Amino acid sequence: MRIVRNRGITFKLIALIFAGSMLVFALIMGMDYMVSRQIVLEKVKSNAHYLTEATLNRIQIVLASIESATRNQTQYVEWERGTREDLLLLVRSLVEKNPEVYGSAIAFEPNVFNAASSCFAFYAYRCDEAIQTTIFDGINYQYLYKDWYQIPKELNRPVWSEPYFDEGGGDILMATYSAPFYRALAQERSLTGVLTADLSLSWLQQLVSSIRINRTGYGFLISKNGTLITHPNPDLVMNDTIFSVAEARNSPHFREIGRSMVRGERGFAPWTSIVTGKEGWLGFAPLESSGWSLGVFFPEDELMEDVSRLTRNAIFLGLAGFLVLLGVIFLVADSITKPLRELYLSTVDIAKGDLDAELPRVRSLDEVGQLTKSFRHMRRALKEHIDQLTEATAARERIESELKIAREIQMGILPKLFPPFPDEPEFDIYATIEPAKEVGGDLYDFYHLDEHHLCFVIGDVSGKGIPASLFMAVAKTLIKATALSGLDPAETLSKVNDELARDNDACMFVTVFLGILDLRTGNLEYANGGHNPPLIVPGRGEIEFLKPPGGSLVGAMEGIAFESSRMSMVPGDTLFLYTDGVTEAMNEHLELFSEERLKRDLTSLRDQPIKEMVAGIMHEVHHFSQWVEQSDDITMMAVKYWGLP
Amino acid sequence: MRRILRIFVFLAATLLAAAAVHADENQLVKASFIPQWIPQAQFAGYYTAYEKGFYAERGIDLTILPGGPECPPDRLLLSGETDFCTLWLSRAVQLRAQGHKIVNIAQMLQRSALMLVARKSRGIDTPQEMNGKKVGLWGPIFQIQPRAFFKKYEVMVQVIPQSFSINLFLRGGVDLASAMWYNEYHTILNSGVNPDELTTFFFHDYGLNFPEDGIYTLEETYNENPELCCAFVEASIEGWYYAFAHPEETLDMVVKNLKQAHLPAGRVHQRWMLSRMRELILWKESSTPVGVLARKDFDRVASTMKNEGMIHRMPEFEDFYRKCHADR
Repeated sequence: MRIVRNRGITFKLIALIFAGSMLVFALIMGMDYMVSRQIVLEKVKSNAHYLTEATLNRIQIVLASIESATRNQTQYVEWERGTREDLLLLVRSLVEKNPEVYGSAIAFEPNVFNAASSCFAFYAYRCDEAIQTTIFDGINYQYLYKDWYQIPKELNRPVWSEPYFDEGGGDILMATYSAPFYRALAQERSLTGVLTADLSLSWLQQLVSSIRINRTGYGFLISKNGTLITHPNPDLVMNDTIFSVAEARNSPHFREIGRSMVRGERGFAPWTSIVTGKEGWLGFAPLESSGWSLGVFFPEDELMEDVSRLTRNAIFLGLAGFLVLLGVIFLVADSITKPLRELYLSTVDIAKGDLDAELPRVRSLDEVGQLTKSFRHMRRALKEHIDQLTEATAARERIESELKIAREIQMGILPKLFPPFPDEPEFDIYATIEPAKEVGGDLYDFYHLDEHHLCFVIGDVSGKGIPASLFMAVAKTLIKATALSGLDPAETLSKVNDELARDNDACMFVTVFLGILDLRTGNLEYANGGHNPPLIVPGRGEIEFLKPPGGSLVGAMEGIAFESSRMSMVPGDTLFLYTDGVTEAMNEHLELFSEERLKRDLTSLRDQPIKEMVAGIMHEVHHFSQWVEQSDDITMMAVKYWGLP
Repeated sequence: MRRILRIFVFLAATLLAAAAVHADENQLVKASFIPQWIPQAQFAGYYTAYEKGFYAERGIDLTILPGGPECPPDRLLLSGETDFCTLWLSRAVQLRAQGHKIVNIAQMLQRSALMLVARKSRGIDTPQEMNGKKVGLWGPIFQIQPRAFFKKYEVMVQVIPQSFSINLFLRGGVDLASAMWYNEYHTILNSGVNPDELTTFFFHDYGLNFPEDGIYTLEETYNENPELCCAFVEASIEGWYYAFAHPEETLDMVVKNLKQAHLPAGRVHQRWMLSRMRELILWKESSTPVGVLARKDFDRVASTMKNEGMIHRMPEFEDFYRKCHADR
């Protein structure tokens, strides 16, 4: 099936239709041959019947005439005692009147015709056109136990002898018809003798030999014992019986047919020619009076010649028809598949993306035409869809690019140049922001308030997107402007809070840590507006969160007061600030990076320069949440105090 | 081709020369032989020995006379027209008892092949069922065993003289027929009668084993030239062995001989006969060597014949038998 499965429709059509019609054709031819054969056989059977009956009739007429002539003579000898001359005349006339009769005899029981003689017989026979007569008297011819005498005597009825070769005549095949006759002896009807007629069977052999069926069919005659009387194979004649032939061939079937024949049955049975070895049929029928049987062999192949020729012609014509049919199928299949192929070629282009590829012209509204139309609709729909998609994509791209620009602007307002104050050895400051994909709201900033005071801010606006970034920009600008006005951190946050909270319909807010470092003393004043508490990394000693933690959010509500706190940084201390993007970074198990982890990691990084410290934490955060998309800005800032030189 | 021809010519010349020398050196003794019946496979051994030159090899220039119903071998033997013949043991015992000086020089058949055959459809399955039936019997010699058999089983039968054809039986003229296992029995089978339709009575199964064909010569002939007699026996036995070893070649010869004699020459029938002769000559159940006449067989035949009144006194075994050959 694989051969068929992956082939084109044309091939499949041709293969399947061809196979199917071949099967039908073969079945029809087979049936046709069987039926024709049966018809011919029936005809042969009836032919066999007529042929055998006609032949048998011809033989029977001769035999019957001899039988009746012989029986007539027996009636005479039963009534008339007859002298020697009478009896001689009797046998002579039987021979004279019946040209097929070779000889005739009247043989008496011992001591009947002549009381002194054990055997007494009269015999007339043909000899060189003339008829000779002889009298057997006494011992010179002992016939009493010859078949021709003994069998009719014991059976008390006339019989035909088995055929025999005439003892004197050489090769003339003879059969004797022997009829017993009776006379009343001592008030009792008793056997007196036997009257015979010897029949030459040459004419019979010729008659049966002349039977010819087609080329190799033949007739043969068997005796009551099954002995072959005539047969095309002369070696078998009178030497073998049909049963010895069966024995030689080891064929029980032959033997059964032979038994059927000698039983005097009629029949028509399968047979194998003894001459040619051909298979065929044997019709047989008995010769009633003698018990002989005529068989006629019909060679099957010759009988079936006509049928075979007819079948051969039919097969030839059928095959020629098939070729024509194949051509037609090819044309039909091709006309069906051609538009399909064209459509296929077009759709290959379409599949590759060429929606402008030419579709074949619809010539009819058959399935292929419908399919082409559908493809046309599909192509149009696809095109429209793609156009829409292109437009939508362009719009989105525009928005995205604007967002990107906004982001760039937002990021641009954060200081990026490090180190920002390379001329000031009292401190180092470093900050970095890793924005999330969406615009976020982290901010950081640092600037000198005056020659000795450094202000630094870190914050995180609530929410995300454009509003958050705008709010962040506002908050950052506001914080810077306010801080520069000379207020302390708490006052700065309070003022910024009030400014932001006013008209804050969006209820946005920002967490802010603001510190002011006195570069001369290391005193740090700071305020926390709800931001994550920074960590103080001292030169020596334990890292700690800066106290107090928390504080109110900036911008959520007006009129909130903030407190400033103070601490003193000694040279070598580092303040580490961060947004919740660090501690709330999440891994795939939904665990947070956490403040503890931050503290721990900072401990291991405490001796690093601040840039490496920040980069190290960033690396840890990225490593922690490597399988999770970053959802919030990550911002860190570190301030290291060195003190005055 | 020329080379083969040359070899052939050379061989032919050599053979001819050898034959001539042989004939010169050993003067062949003329002798004649007649089988008791037609040249069928029953006598294949003698014809084979003749054809293969086994007699000539032993210095016998043999003439085989045509046998058959017109040529009774006993008459020809007694009249001196033949030197050797085959006879049934019973016939030979009868002749010896009548004072004819014949001697057995080899007993070829160790088992009797004579039998009675009946159609089962005539209701004959046992010896007792023969009572009142018509039985076809051959001449007197063939009647010794049947008559002893009828006496043994106390049955009265109607004896019908039987000719040499079996047709009377086949046509239903008799209920039982005499038959030789190797001949008429097969003729009956090959006239379309199946073995299971027949009841067979082998006399050897009923204590009446009369060994049949033996080789006979005149006592006088034997006394004059025992070497010749024994050479004849040796050659004949060799002929038989050769025939058994080469059945198809033997059958070719038998069929040819029968055709020449214008006799029915069915090869299938002759094959059957040759096979049966093999069984009868090389009888497995017999302890008697091939070609030997056992005293017990002689005694059985002679005493039965005496009891039947066929002979008045039993010949002496020593007078009757001259042992020429014994092998197995």
